[in-house]
Amino acid sequence: MNTELTGAEITIRCLQEEGVDYIFGYPGGAVLYIYDELFKQDKVKHVLVRHEQAAVHAADGYARSSNKVGVALVTSGPGVTNAVTGIATAYMDSIPLVIISGQVPTHAIGLDAFQEVDTVGITRPCVKHNFLVKNITELATTIKKAFYIASTGRPGPVLVDIPKDVSQQKTAFAYPESVVMRSYHPVTKGHSGQIKKAAQLILDAKRPMIYAGGGVILSDAAMQLTELVRMLGFPCTNTLMGLGGFPATDKHSVGMLGMHGTYEANMAMQHCDVLIAIGARFDDRVIGSPKHFSNEERKIIHIDIDPSSISKRVKVDVPIVGSVSEVLVELIKLLKTRKEKPDQIALKAWWTQVDLWRARDCLKYDRASTIIKPQMVVEKLYQVTKGNAFITSDVGQHQMWAAQFYKFDKPRRWINSGGLGTMGFGLPAAMGVQFANPRGSVACVTGEASIQMCIQELSTCKQYGLPLKIINLNNRYMGMVRQWQEFFHGNRYAESYMNALPDFVKLAESYGHVGMKIEQPGDIEGALKEAFKLKDRLVFMDFITDQTENVFPMIPGGKGLSEMILV
Amino acid sequence: MRHIISLLMENEAGALSRVAGLFSARGYNIESLTVAPTEDPTLSRMTLVTVDSDDVVEQITKQLNKLIEVVKVVDLSDGVHIERELMLVKVRAVDKDREEIKRMVDIFRGRIIDVTDTSYTIELTGTGSKLDAFLDTIERSTILETVRTGASGIGRGERILKA
Repeated sequence: MNTELTGAEITIRCLQEEGVDYIFGYPGGAVLYIYDELFKQDKVKHVLVRHEQAAVHAADGYARSSNKVGVALVTSGPGVTNAVTGIATAYMDSIPLVIISGQVPTHAIGLDAFQEVDTVGITRPCVKHNFLVKNITELATTIKKAFYIASTGRPGPVLVDIPKDVSQQKTAFAYPESVVMRSYHPVTKGHSGQIKKAAQLILDAKRPMIYAGGGVILSDAAMQLTELVRMLGFPCTNTLMGLGGFPATDKHSVGMLGMHGTYEANMAMQHCDVLIAIGARFDDRVIGSPKHFSNEERKIIHIDIDPSSISKRVKVDVPIVGSVSEVLVELIKLLKTRKEKPDQIALKAWWTQVDLWRARDCLKYDRASTIIKPQMVVEKLYQVTKGNAFITSDVGQHQMWAAQFYKFDKPRRWINSGGLGTMGFGLPAAMGVQFANPRGSVACVTGEASIQMCIQELSTCKQYGLPLKIINLNNRYMGMVRQWQEFFHGNRYAESYMNALPDFVKLAESYGHVGMKIEQPGDIEGALKEAFKLKDRLVFMDFITDQTENVFPMIPGGKGLSEMILV
Repeated sequence: MRHIISLLMENEAGALSRVAGLFSARGYNIESLTVAPTEDPTLSRMTLVTVDSDDVVEQITKQLNKLIEVVKVVDLSDGVHIERELMLVKVRAVDKDREEIKRMVDIFRGRIIDVTDTSYTIELTGTGSKLDAFLDTIERSTILETVRTGASGIGRGERILKA
């Protein structure tokens, strides 16, 4: 006879069936039955955060660094509203998450019950899909669907809202092995005719450019992309979300493009004759003004799993809808069967041009400065970790310097909130990364403003012994806001300066961590080495940096790729 | 350009709000929207009328297709199709107006479905422009109330939309 399980037991059993090892959460009234079941088992380990936003960011960091679905568990009402920033962050960057939220009992829904919010309504615009489970017999199938939807097609967060009475009721449990939905059939294989057209354009190119985004990381296609670029000998740029999708130290890499991209990447984007866009979406921080972008004529091939990403901001000539990895495998196979090669003389001339742009040395900064330059901290971090660390970041100037100066050769090493731009992401995301990669070196590059948005998680780090290294680029300003105010608002630094910053060393120590304050450029390397030697301790490194330093190059908002402000 | 988009979706609570939410979140306009279950009670059929450039309408259909509960989407304006809208109009009908209004209703092939001493309630079906024409024809001041369903559409001939 099939014994009946409660909804709470079923929830945990489903997570076990999905192979979930960690969930990140915070208990509360509506999820007490679920927490009770968590308590009775040890397969699914729960990580107790200090704020629900951090639970979702941690699950997100876990997912980004491991290619598994991240799972968060929060209670109803404020539990969910606190989680919304995390959910929206994951949605903008297409990260597979399952968020389980408690809800007031079904009979109380709609009656303004204590800790009630319309969770499905509030999260609808920032999830790939969400469910309210009103009937316990649908619980197991719904959770199965949630994992399936989150991890297939263009990934994204899926929320399952479980009313308290549903978690208490009983029914027979059977976890479905697979799920078929008549309304959801994600495409993976690209259209072979389109791939043929793309191959022809590639072979005919005189000034080709490969532009690779986060889709390369999400579909685990770094190997295929690397093979394609090296086979063709074309220049390749990565978006902020795509860093590590192609090795930054490879000679074909022209670095990151976009608002703070390199001169050579942006100029090559603007002046190429064939652009191969792979798992990227031509967003405003990447190509700037679409009108300016279309001033130059070029043919565009666009590979993306999401049809709605194609021709959204920029009209493309050869769209290929499919998973990046599968399409690249097909494309490489096809190119190998073709006898002709792209025009090598034209390609050589194109590289000469690209190298001229590169010689502009757009990332140069004052290395002799007696005040710490933030760029130097990231460079030294790269050297000390030999490029092998997982780097998370918050949002602002430090994020751009981390992206520009840490050379990512592998995918899933660079973890940042690209789409939503969520300050407070870095520390909790780093926790998730460390859980997914217990032996990895994990550093969070942050600033004194961002870090304070989720600083309470230093407590979580202590509880679980997470040996993160926090690189705080402390310039006593919301640096990116200050930079915009300097450039576009007549040096009026409205509310971008914080008085009364905490003593971060003492703060770290009060949480039981190691704190360091570094004020001299000559001390950067030694301090980093010392910090990374402390393998089982979290080290909070407060670098007192140049307050006036700006991120260059910069494309002002609404301007085009070739309209950069250079240092 | 005016587009009439038809879609089949799971007949589930909240499905309609996903469509309406998509339009407001992305700033698309909806001229009209009608929805009701089909012969298969697990499916709803929705007809949406929107006026926008072809590029925007292409995005609209792609975004609609992305909604997990949407089974199929078709832009009926891409081919030959039929569309109909139902209107109920209550008009003041006294003295010699009663005869005049009755005549107009006959000309437009409508029906009077409720009568009082002072009013008629008229049922009229047709394309939106026919309904507009009827309203333009009768004396504006006699109209007490109008109710329109918005357009429903179906492809002509063999063209069908099925799950």
